[in-house]
Amino acid sequence: MLTEADLTALALTFRLAGLTTVILLFLGTPLAWWLANTRCRCKTWVEAAVALPLVLPPTVLGFYLLILLGPHGPIGGAMQALGGQPLAFTFAGLVVGSVCYSLPFVVQPLRDAFAAIGPRPMEVAATLRAAPLDRFFTVAVPLARPGFLTAAVLGFAHTVGEFGVVLMIGGNIPGETQVLSIAIYDHVERLDYGHAHWLAGGLLALSFFLLLAVYTVNRRFRGMQP
Amino acid sequence: MTIEARFRFARGGFTFDAELTVPARGVTAIFGPSGCGKTTLLRAVAGLEHAPDGYLRVGDEAWQDRQRFVPCHRRPLGYVFQEVGLFAHLTVRHNLEYGLKRVAADTRRVAFDEAVALLRVAPLLDRRPAGLSGGERQRVAIARALLTSPRLLLMDEPLAALDQASKGEILPFLDRLHEELEIPVLYVSHAPDEVARLADHLVLMHDGRVAASGPIADMMTRVDLPLAHGNDAEAVIEATVVDHDDRYHLTYLTFPGGRFTVNRKDLPVGRRVRLRVAARDVSLSLGYHSTGTSILNIFPARVEEIADANPSQVTVRLTAGGVPMLSRITRKSAAALGLSPGVEVYAQVKSVALLA
Repeated sequence: MLTEADLTALALTFRLAGLTTVILLFLGTPLAWWLANTRCRCKTWVEAAVALPLVLPPTVLGFYLLILLGPHGPIGGAMQALGGQPLAFTFAGLVVGSVCYSLPFVVQPLRDAFAAIGPRPMEVAATLRAAPLDRFFTVAVPLARPGFLTAAVLGFAHTVGEFGVVLMIGGNIPGETQVLSIAIYDHVERLDYGHAHWLAGGLLALSFFLLLAVYTVNRRFRGMQP
Repeated sequence: MTIEARFRFARGGFTFDAELTVPARGVTAIFGPSGCGKTTLLRAVAGLEHAPDGYLRVGDEAWQDRQRFVPCHRRPLGYVFQEVGLFAHLTVRHNLEYGLKRVAADTRRVAFDEAVALLRVAPLLDRRPAGLSGGERQRVAIARALLTSPRLLLMDEPLAALDQASKGEILPFLDRLHEELEIPVLYVSHAPDEVARLADHLVLMHDGRVAASGPIADMMTRVDLPLAHGNDAEAVIEATVVDHDDRYHLTYLTFPGGRFTVNRKDLPVGRRVRLRVAARDVSLSLGYHSTGTSILNIFPARVEEIADANPSQVTVRLTAGGVPMLSRITRKSAAALGLSPGVEVYAQVKSVALLA
């Protein structure tokens, strides 16, 4: 069935996807809230930049990240100057890459969920004495629950399926940067279709059932709305 | 104690320039056609609309002036929105507690059970807003606003989104609010019958400006204002129940201009009620004819002012014992009677509506 290396890749992939999702929810929530509510003219620019990973070939994104994170890049260089390691070809580098790569999959559902709430519930909360942060956490977040679920699952699933960016900035180091999609690629290259089937089929089933769960839960939630 | 407000701003071609002083007690209706800025005024009072250089003082507290702008969540007010705005993710009980929890215990003046009883929402407590009727939602929203122990209650057309039956359900609660709690209310409406029933004071708005403001009885009968010229022009008269007539099944009420006779109502003697007398139901005569007429409500009155209502009719403003009233008669009759300000007449009131 699965080899030792496959299991390592599986664990690494889930660790990467989980960490990326958590980071994205923290970064994406304020960004999505800002996008849903701002009247700033720079909004369209930010929206376009956030959506970029949707259309950009992952290799392009990966290439620029490699340059930025590598020992001669501004970020990698700075890390090195501070006594750290450059991020290229490390797990931390993969996390940075995944955060960029999956950003729109988290920010867009959140932005749409916040926009769908509209300004009224927040105004109502203000007239009931709730300060801005208080009303954000007690009104906006609970009402945007379907958006959070969609964002978390899409962010997770999309990171699990990442290939091009990982290949560019992570390479193929077992236990450090070898993720599932790359393990599948390796199996196919070696014409080891049996192992490729197990991994590919498993990924297919996982992705489908995650999405099924999201749509079922969100449908129930919508039934609750007036 | 008064509420003083002045807001001035321009937004997308609409100029808002409202200045008003109204008593900080009873119900002040803000009345006008849609788009005249009624809701904007309410939002500015709540602090949801930031009018730079605005001024707002409620009683002895400044909520906005040159130095300060108290944010909405720090203003001790309650706001009932037209489309209610219950939180869909919370049960009725948690909706009610949302505001209550955020008010310091020593400043609470309305208890949970009190508001629940006043608006009869006890059977709804464990339900979610999605399962409630329009009238039930509005009752919950009013109770929720009251539970913040507001020093000013703002209501933005709370009945406008409701059907006739739900309106009938809510109105008695608004009457009780009026009687049982001493919270001043700013009540936005474009429905004359709600205003006549609930308001003590009236602010008339037009095109983002305050056109006129004053006690309801005066405002309804001022012939320089549009209210007195519509087909439904009417006077609002406060009267007291004094007696019941069991033989003819009648109720008697007094007001400074005399005694009204109306169909029997089950109201205790001494109860203050509001009567509405439509201008078109009041005819005038120069002499007193207590015989030869079926009309029971006839009062001596003096003509104060006469204004054209339309090419064939005039609106006459009268006072009976100092209480203003309106009469709509033909211009021909006015000429035949020789009516002019100061003339003493008898006002014959054909029908009276009693607002319990």
